[in-house]
Order: sequence, then structure tokens, then C-alpha cells
Amino acid sequence: MSLTAADVAEIMRLVEQSGFDELTLEIDGIKLSLRRGAPAELSSGPGLHLPAVGLPETPGTAPAPAAAEPNVCNVASPLLGTFYRAPKPGEPPFVEVGAQVEEETVVAIIEVMKLMNSVRAGVRGTVTEILVADGALAEFGETLMRVRKAG
Amino acid sequence: MRIIRTCRRLQIETVLAASAVDRDSLPARLADRTVCIGPSRPADSYLKVDTIVHAALATKSEAIHPGYGFLSERAALAKVCEAEGVIFIGPTAAQLEAVGDKLRARAQAEAADVPVVPGSAVASAPQAVAAARLIGVPLLVKAVGGGGGRGMKRVDRLEDLPAAMELAAAEAGAAFGDARVYLERFIASGRHVEVQVLGDGSGGVIHLGERDCSVQRRYQKLVEETPAPGLSAALRDALHAAAVRITARLSYRGAGTVEFLVDRERDDFYFLEMNARIQVEHPVTEAVTGVDLIAEQIAIADGAGLRLAQADIQSRGCAIECRVNAEDPANDFRPSPGLVREVSWPSQEGIRVDTHIAPGSRVPPFYDSLLGKIIAHAPDRAGAVARLRRAIASTRLEGVHTNLAFHETVLSDREFEAGGVDTEFVARLLERQAGRTEYASNG
Repeated sequence: MSLTAADVAEIMRLVEQSGFDELTLEIDGIKLSLRRGAPAELSSGPGLHLPAVGLPETPGTAPAPAAAEPNVCNVASPLLGTFYRAPKPGEPPFVEVGAQVEEETVVAIIEVMKLMNSVRAGVRGTVTEILVADGALAEFGETLMRVRKAG
Repeated sequence: MRIIRTCRRLQIETVLAASAVDRDSLPARLADRTVCIGPSRPADSYLKVDTIVHAALATKSEAIHPGYGFLSERAALAKVCEAEGVIFIGPTAAQLEAVGDKLRARAQAEAADVPVVPGSAVASAPQAVAAARLIGVPLLVKAVGGGGGRGMKRVDRLEDLPAAMELAAAEAGAAFGDARVYLERFIASGRHVEVQVLGDGSGGVIHLGERDCSVQRRYQKLVEETPAPGLSAALRDALHAAAVRITARLSYRGAGTVEFLVDRERDDFYFLEMNARIQVEHPVTEAVTGVDLIAEQIAIADGAGLRLAQADIQSRGCAIECRVNAEDPANDFRPSPGLVREVSWPSQEGIRVDTHIAPGSRVPPFYDSLLGKIIAHAPDRAGAVARLRRAIASTRLEGVHTNLAFHETVLSDREFEAGGVDTEFVARLLERQAGRTEYASNG
């Protein structure tokens, strides 16, 4: 699901007619903040919520740009759990710094009570940083890695 | 927040599991550590048993206190805790199942020789009509797995029963995933009186007196007080004894509340349900007894058993609590989420405030609208009411609508002042108010 300009206009109209001064809406990785008397703002969340810039084709998995460099995206943890870099203990990790990844490349596993959840890069590019130690607790929305966008 | 306070006093380290929207809340700042367990929607965060237990294990937490919302009465959480060796601060999974199912709870009450409202479990409309003839109208259709008024319908005429049953079952199915319903006689003028209990898990039980929670709007409590005004000593003792009997029968572990309906006309009482958690209104009991109920919960969960004997429980004075909600009484009490720009809570003598709201706090639309509780304690009821009214008058909350003015209306009402109102009091008060507004606009 994606939000079109017409949808945003419709939402703004509804807010305009309502008794509310402020609206924050989050659907499938898109975060929309509206404030009365201020310009509408369609943005990524503050480093969490798997936000999307430019409305990607796979909403909910695209990483946010890191604050420092516009071409570097954060890969955020989709849920709270234990972060694993490899499919099994002793096996080589999914990715190392410098690895080339596609949107669908599995870069890590988040384990919640023995249930393994794959984390995908969500963006095409090069892994520049891995921020969480193997086996450590990753919170929901925590930045796991950074990827420099290709192109 | 309330729990973190007690833990700090007891020098217990706390880890708060918070959703993304609660990450920077006041409780998150007070906890030793906060972990973000998921997005704002409760189904993706506060209701995820596995995620909560995983967070507890990963942070090396010894115990989980489930608070009073979300998972506090879910046997599933207690079960996973039992399997993973994390202490669940509450009853056993089996006890949660026994009291969570209203029909089983009723059967337990009957077995403990505690009176229940005449009623019956019903599976089909014809069976319901037959049962309803015996119970008599008006009656209530209630959800077996329910609470908080959802899945509950009043029926005044037998011919309306099949339709009401269908509606209640659909509502119950959607809200609780359990569409079973039962019928219960409707008591025309009843008071909601509940008894606070503590059980050691092996049959040892004490009670900490009762609370009157009759000031309700659509089954949502607004004002609670202890002791319940105007009860005869015999009735009060009978309530306490009944609560202790059912709790002991269950070999209940931890803090619980046994709810009763006191029939004003017959001066009699019936068991309604047992709440297997700490309740929102527990501070009034703490005010008059001086017992920190959270600390006792933790002690029981820690294996210390009951540290207090019945004789140690002495009740002093009267305490009244009002729930300050972000809702708009002028608009049918519609929830009023938003940004709290300014807030100033009262701090007079005899006043306690339990809140997670500070200037700049957001009231998200995802959870219930409770902003805080103001509790007044004084040697007598009139004194407690006066203190609470003064405290409400000095409370300032800007940015969201609140029910503070409505509380002032309740507390200054003659019927409330006299004490012992029934559960229809708020509805009558609102009708009177609406009538006055109409009169004023016509004249």
C-alpha cells in the first residue's frame, strides 16, 4: 500500500474539518505528520518504524537514510529479539562490511523465543557498518546496520 | 510508573517494556532501563507474549510485573513465564484461567458458598428464552470471556432476547475471541462493592477492606472510595468473609479483587467476578491501610508468603480517588488524545497523585485515556471529599480535554455527598445536566 498525493490532500482536508490540531499517521512504513498552520511533512521516522522515503515498492522494509549522510540508509530491527549475523552458530555471517546487497538480501536474523525472523536489507548498495554485536538484544526500531545506496 | 516507584524504594532494578510511542514517557525515564518492544499498536507490542518474555530473558530480569492492563490477566503470559523460569508477579496460569472464565468463576463462588446473581449459561436462543423465564426480566446478556461492559446487553422484554443475544455474542467474539454468553438477573438498584485480597498461594488469605466503585459511566469506573459508605457492619463483614472464602478456595496467589453487586433494595449481595491483578483503584486501599500493595505482590511472588496477618490490617479514615481521563464530557466523553502542553498536579496535604503525564507528554490514541488518579485521604468522608474537591480545583491540564469538571459535579452532588449511590447514579446525573442545559437554552 502506498499513499498518493491525492490521499494526503484528502487527509489534510479531513484534519482541517476536525477538532484536532495535529495528526501523526503511520501506515506500512510511511509516517505522515500534519499540524494546523504548518506545512505538511511526509518524512521518515526518527531512525525507527522502517520508514520509507520516495515510497518504495516494498513498504515496511526500506531503511531510513542515516542522519549524517544522505546516501547511507539504516537497516532497522523490525522487532525486539536477539540479533544473529549468521544462519547458525559457526557458519559464516550473512554479510560483512563491504558486502553488496540487494533489497531482498537477508542480512541478519532476529530471534524471538526460538522463532527466527529474517531481516532484509531493503535497499540496494554496500554495507558500511554493522552496529549490533552478534547475539545481543536488538530493540524494535534499533539500527542494526548501515548501507550506502548504489547509484 | 506506580510499580517502578515501589521497586526503586525496594532497590529493585527495573526494565520497562515500552512501545515506540511510549519510549520517552515519564515511566521510561524513571525505569533503570527501557526496551522498545514494538510499534504503537498494542497487538504488535504490549500484547506480544513472546516478545515480552524474550525481553525479560535478554535483560536478565528475574520477574515480570504485568501491571493492570493488556496481558495482566492473560494465562498465556503466566504460562510462558512458568515454562521459561521467569517469575510472573501474579496468580498461576491455572488460577487466571479459572477466574477469567466467568462461568467457571461463578461455579467457584457457588462452591465456596458465596451467593451469585440468579443466572444461567445459554448456548441457543430457545434455551435462553426458557432460562430467561425462570430468571425474570429485566436481565443482562453477558460475555463469558468479557469485562468492561463489552458484550453486555440489557433486555427488558423476552421477545428482544434472541436479537440481544446475537449482538452480545458478535461483540464478545470480536472483543475477546470467545462468543459464549450467559444470562443474569438485572438488579434495578445495585452498588458495586469490591474487596481487596492477598493470597499466599496455599490457602492463606487476608482481606484489606472494601472499595465502593458505584460511580461508573457505561461500566467504566470514575470515582472509587473506601470504606463503602452506609453499609451495615453485618453486610460489610459478610462481604469480607465471602471474598476470603472464594480466594482461599482457589488457593489464590498474589493480589486480587473480588467484585460484588450489593442490592440496595434487598440489602443483599452477589458475587460478580474476580479480578486477578492489581487494580487502578488500589491506592484508596493503600491510603487507609498504609500497606504498599505492589510491595506485597512482589514479596508473595518472591516466595515470602503473606507478611501481614489479618489483625495487622487496620483501616484509618476515608479515601476517595477520581480517575482523570483525556475525554470530553461535552461530547459524550469522547477520547481526547493529543499533546499535554501544561500540567500542574495538586500537592496538598492528604493528596496523592499517580500519573505518567508531565508537560509535553503525548496522549496516544492507541491506549486508554487515563491521565492520572488523584487520591484524597482524611479522617472522615466529608473531609476526604473536601480535600479532593480542592485538589481538583488546583489541577491544571492544557492541551487535551479532561473530565475534571465532571468530577467536580459528581463530588458536589447531594446524592453523592449523602453516600451509597448505586451504579445508575452517573446516568441520572448526566440526564439531569442535559435537562438543565435544555431548560437554560429554551429560557
